[in-house]
Amino acid sequence: MAEPSKGLPVEGWGRMVGVGQIVASDDLERDTKGAALSRGLGRSYGDSSLPAVVGDKVVQTPLADRILSFDTVTGLLKVEAGFCLDELNRLFLHRRWFTPVTPGTKFVTVGGMVASDVHGKNHHRNGCFGEHLTWMKLRLANDEIVECSPYANTDLFDATIGGMGLTGHILEVEFRMERISSPWIWMESQQVPNINAFLRGLKEAGPKWPMTMGWIDCVSKGKLMGRGILMMGRWATAAEAPKKSPPAKPKFTLPFDLPSWALNSFTARAFNELYYRKHGSKPKCGVVHPDSFFYPLDAIHHWNRGYGKKGFTQYQCVLPEAAGLSAPREFLELLTGFGLASPLCVIKDCGAQGRGLLSFPMPGTSIAVDLPVRSNTPAAVAELNKFVIAKGGRMYLTKDNFTSAEDFRAMEPRMAAFDQARNKWDPQRKLRSAQSVRMLGDVTP
Amino acid sequence: MKVVVFGGTKGMGRAVARQLFEAGNDVVLLGRNQEELDRSAADLSARRDGGKVATFLCDLEQVEGFDAALDAADGALGNFDTVVVTAGLFATQDKLEADPVFAHRVLLANFTNTVMFCENVRKRLLSRGGGTLCVFSSVAGDRGRKPVVIYGATKAGLTHYLDSLDYKFRAAGLKTICVKPGFVKTAMTAGLKPPPFAGEPEGVARIVVRAIKKGTPQVYAPPMWRLIMMVIGMLPRFVMRRIGF
Repeated sequence: MAEPSKGLPVEGWGRMVGVGQIVASDDLERDTKGAALSRGLGRSYGDSSLPAVVGDKVVQTPLADRILSFDTVTGLLKVEAGFCLDELNRLFLHRRWFTPVTPGTKFVTVGGMVASDVHGKNHHRNGCFGEHLTWMKLRLANDEIVECSPYANTDLFDATIGGMGLTGHILEVEFRMERISSPWIWMESQQVPNINAFLRGLKEAGPKWPMTMGWIDCVSKGKLMGRGILMMGRWATAAEAPKKSPPAKPKFTLPFDLPSWALNSFTARAFNELYYRKHGSKPKCGVVHPDSFFYPLDAIHHWNRGYGKKGFTQYQCVLPEAAGLSAPREFLELLTGFGLASPLCVIKDCGAQGRGLLSFPMPGTSIAVDLPVRSNTPAAVAELNKFVIAKGGRMYLTKDNFTSAEDFRAMEPRMAAFDQARNKWDPQRKLRSAQSVRMLGDVTP
Repeated sequence: MKVVVFGGTKGMGRAVARQLFEAGNDVVLLGRNQEELDRSAADLSARRDGGKVATFLCDLEQVEGFDAALDAADGALGNFDTVVVTAGLFATQDKLEADPVFAHRVLLANFTNTVMFCENVRKRLLSRGGGTLCVFSSVAGDRGRKPVVIYGATKAGLTHYLDSLDYKFRAAGLKTICVKPGFVKTAMTAGLKPPPFAGEPEGVARIVVRAIKKGTPQVYAPPMWRLIMMVIGMLPRFVMRRIGF
């Protein structure tokens, strides 16, 4: 048994480790007392869910996983914060209900979905997860328990959506599920030759399709830069869909770390080439399993081990519409220049900004790229940040591991409002994470 | 099936109750905290359309309440045919050595009272021609070890009792199932460093549900622990005195 004072290690998805007083809890109301942070399944890439110091108590929520109520008429679902999206899909897809917003992995808790204010392929239609919340119960830094909603304690509600767990421990959440026509997806996809065509394709597909996104090649330069596969989807109609429910998919687990050199510019280039070629030049269409549409990477458990022990980070930014169509192209030029290999990169056009005070998306183009951690990664992130700040864009806290406090303030005019909310609800800044110390100016003893 | 789960609000019991209910069985939850029971009942009900869930208070530390709770369960289900017992107390050996009052409670609850509860269930099931009694013991009851001197002793006694039940009453229709979980990541083991081959409650529950279906008298979960305990069982005394587990 580990000595409590020594703490236990926890990892972010990018393999960064933090040590703290980790408490796996099935009773959040009891265990969040005096805690500095709550964390779900640890799928945020950087240090958002890591303890700031070894003495900080961090509550792990996935054992608090009960459904508290479900209304089959209105679709309102109330759950404990550790309830996992994977479980939600298993229980509700075949009954033709789905979360209004899903991120690219189903191994997240509902509490985490709120704290990151996740967005998905339907962002241009449905906005972020926070837009669909109807109620939350939180434990505040002063140990009080409060409820908030779009009608009560709205300032706390808005600060908590996308607030990275820094406004209170999320105990229970209620949100409105979406009725779907079948548990299968109708998908169409096509090869896109370069970044300009990609931006055009996303813009044209947006009004017609509830879900759009693209995989882009982030290694190729010149004429091929930003080529990729554009994907569009909607829920299949009852007539199109197979009679049976989507079966559980077999899972493959990456059993150990690949060596860090396994991912190099050669393998990344080869992977991108293959991925592009495999699709073929003809457009495709048909009914697909929702897991392959929403969660292609979940098919390999612990795929993060593919980057080796040194781990990786993801750089995700949104470049506003106002920056013009040339901005994504310039961004890719900058990115490919670093020579940091990345097997895959995701592009998506975002809709309106959500109600969350620090919610990530804004109208414009979002680009997400995995970067292995190498000696030049922090410098590359700083360069990319400089570009994003100049264009009036911002990056996603849930993915970040290297952004400086100065850069973050420069890209977040909304920080003043967030600070104000924290001044009211946690004036002593008892709630904190490794990330909030690194980037938001929180201090540790 | 009509199933009673004693201790079904938390950990492995929660996972077993869910899987049994989702598979189409009616479930009664017994536990000592009504608010917890209500939350778990709501959780079960939302997991499929239809099906019956009921809850009744029952405290493993209060033997005199067992009969009324089982009467109520019988009433709600129209005579249950399967009972799963996961209720029990736990503390680390250090804590039990330092706190004799709690040690006494653990000894009473995990052995004496659990046996008394099973005896009550046994009589009911035998009177209606049989049924299944599935009880969570532990790998800690397989061999005396340093970290589980007291807790392990209660589980050893329980395993012994369950084995004998199987020998004596299987022919009369009572299927006794002794579940021996190894290290499983639940709130009970929170704060302990998980060893290799630590299990998840859902995985354990799948093994238990299969055992109930097949009537397997004894299962280890995760299954690897059968092998681990076999090896530990063969270690000579002088080794057991030296090693820490």
